[in-house]
Amino acid sequence: MKWISVKWLTVYAVVYMIFLYAPVILLPLFAFNTSTIIAFPLSGFTTEWFVGLWYTDTLHTALGNSMIVGVTTALVSTLLGAFAARASARFAFPGKTGIVGLIMLPLVLPEIIVAVALLVMLNQLGMPLSLWTVVGGHVLICTPFSIAILSSAYRGLDRELEEASFDLGESRWGTFRRVTLPLVLPGVISSLLITFTISLDEFIIAFFLTGTDVTLPVYIWSQLRFPAKLPSVMALGTILLAVSVLLLILAEALRRRSAARQGVDTTLAGV
Amino acid sequence: MTRKDDMNDSIKPMIEIRDVIKKFGTFTALHGITADIREGEFFSLLGPSGCGKTTLLRAIAGFEPPTSGTVAIAGKDMAGIPANRRPTNMVFQSYAIFPHLNVEENVGYGLKTRKMPKAEIAREVAEVLSLVDMKNYGKRKAHELSGGQRQRVALARALVMRPKVILLDEPLSALDKKLRDQMQMELRSLQRSIGITFILVTHDQEEALIMSDRIAVMFDGQIEQLDTPEGLYRHPVNKRVASFIGVMNFLPARVTALSDTHLTLGIAALGEAQVPRDRLGKDVNPDKIDTIGVRPEMLTVLFDQDERSQNKVKGEVVDTEYYGDMTYYEVRLPGHDKPLTISMRNTAGRSVVAPGSTVSVGWGIESIVVFGE
Ligand SMILES: Nc1ncnc2c1ncn2[C@@H]1O[C@H](COP(=O)(O)OP(=O)(O)OP(=O)(O)O)[C@@H](O)[C@H]1O
Ligand SMILES: [Mg+2]
Repeated sequence: MKWISVKWLTVYAVVYMIFLYAPVILLPLFAFNTSTIIAFPLSGFTTEWFVGLWYTDTLHTALGNSMIVGVTTALVSTLLGAFAARASARFAFPGKTGIVGLIMLPLVLPEIIVAVALLVMLNQLGMPLSLWTVVGGHVLICTPFSIAILSSAYRGLDRELEEASFDLGESRWGTFRRVTLPLVLPGVISSLLITFTISLDEFIIAFFLTGTDVTLPVYIWSQLRFPAKLPSVMALGTILLAVSVLLLILAEALRRRSAARQGVDTTLAGV
Repeated sequence: MTRKDDMNDSIKPMIEIRDVIKKFGTFTALHGITADIREGEFFSLLGPSGCGKTTLLRAIAGFEPPTSGTVAIAGKDMAGIPANRRPTNMVFQSYAIFPHLNVEENVGYGLKTRKMPKAEIAREVAEVLSLVDMKNYGKRKAHELSGGQRQRVALARALVMRPKVILLDEPLSALDKKLRDQMQMELRSLQRSIGITFILVTHDQEEALIMSDRIAVMFDGQIEQLDTPEGLYRHPVNKRVASFIGVMNFLPARVTALSDTHLTLGIAALGEAQVPRDRLGKDVNPDKIDTIGVRPEMLTVLFDQDERSQNKVKGEVVDTEYYGDMTYYEVRLPGHDKPLTISMRNTAGRSVVAPGSTVSVGWGIESIVVFGE
């Protein structure tokens, strides 16, 4: 009885993993394939598509735009997240649960709804679309992640530690520099990395809210219309995937290290 | 009644607390606290949970400015002076050891804020670490220390600052019984040898009695009695203090006759007693007397008809608790439902009386504390 259920669970898990990751594995597979047609069998190995990316100017512009949006989004949402996390960890105020809930809401709202709502609002306000409107949209969806990460960092930071520093003659700024910052820094960096990654990969909001300047995912989408460009899109997708995975692994490692330093639970459930 | 501490009253107090009121919103945590704490004294704030001990300690440290009233340290009013510029250092209940620094860096933390040269910091830190018996642990991080070791590091970190006063908020409550007993002795002897004023917050009356020169017993944001351990134990000012410090048997009583020098009390179960007037606390009004108290060790179970006692009454043993060196008897006397607790030393040749036996209970006038509300 027990054996059967264990066996079926394993099968289920394997099938699940295949459905989840097989398409992702196809991406690098075709990125290194010589044929421009996306079909098996593979015809040969080439790095031509990757080299081609190097000479595509419009891609470079899109990459630049994505960097501007990503970095700005990461900085702004982490800063907002730090304020919110600190307030929610340190102070009690009326309606706290409701307010925190509202801030966290974009986490579960469909992005298309957020995007359309923002577009309608910007139109009503008569604001021209640009990279900055994209930044606004991205900050909205990234801040909840930032709050979640930094809340766990702040929760591990015992209030008595800051008081002890102050009691030992240190100033408020000195206390922040010598105690608070070192203890929440891994959380801050992890928040920067995650929000940057989310912004870098985000398509729907970027698509709706950008004007003539496109970000990387929007650029990729525009290229999909030309069958000949498919292999280079695959190559670009491969790079994007690798970078995202790398950043997320780094962020999670940092978050765990900071948690371990404060001696608290290191699983994601702690968020 | 003369108290042995009267002779010290001429010394200028280290801390003067005057009419300190602390409100949190509409809730009043401290209702006008006034007390003097002397230089070099081991002073305890004792009281049940939520009575305001921590709040008072934090008002002295500078973390919770009083709503009204003043705190002066070493003759200087502390109003407007934040915690980082007060001559006090705190040992926190959680110890608050900085987790990203090792023991030496933790202890040297405060000296670094004073811009002391590195070599000098190292010397001071080494000195204080050997004082608290931690000199081999300098490179360890907080999570590599036991509870007792953390406590020592927290203490060392305060001591190294050479403050005028060290404030300790329930520093031993996280330790197990055995370690707590040991740390109580260590803390006490350390305080004696360095002579710094210590203010200890505790809800453990035994701990307060063992360690303190004087104790302020707090209830509901007020100091009910401020006295030496012996004074508190022998002459509690009211029933609340009496039942908080040690064990006390209470019996209803009323005044049956009054003379210039004595009053005669009719005590439930025990009978008549003549009490000299000067044995009454100064707050006790003879008209309001309704209760007397007597400690378990002030009553005796008479084992032998020849044993002498001022007064005796017969009673029935309802229960015994055997502690090796001591036996606690619960004895019910006719005319009073609640059995009295009596403690007896198990001296040689004295056997434990079984429950159900009838015994004589001896008591003396001098052991009686009179209460009236
Ligand atoms: N920051 C605060 N805001 C509101 N109420 C507070 C605050 N700090 C303390 N109190 C209240 O003041 C009262 C006294 O608290 P305090 O911490 O001084 O008690 P305590 O005697 O130290 O108790 P314990 O032995 O449990 O530590 C409590 O009723 C507590 O709820
Ligand atoms: Mg307390």
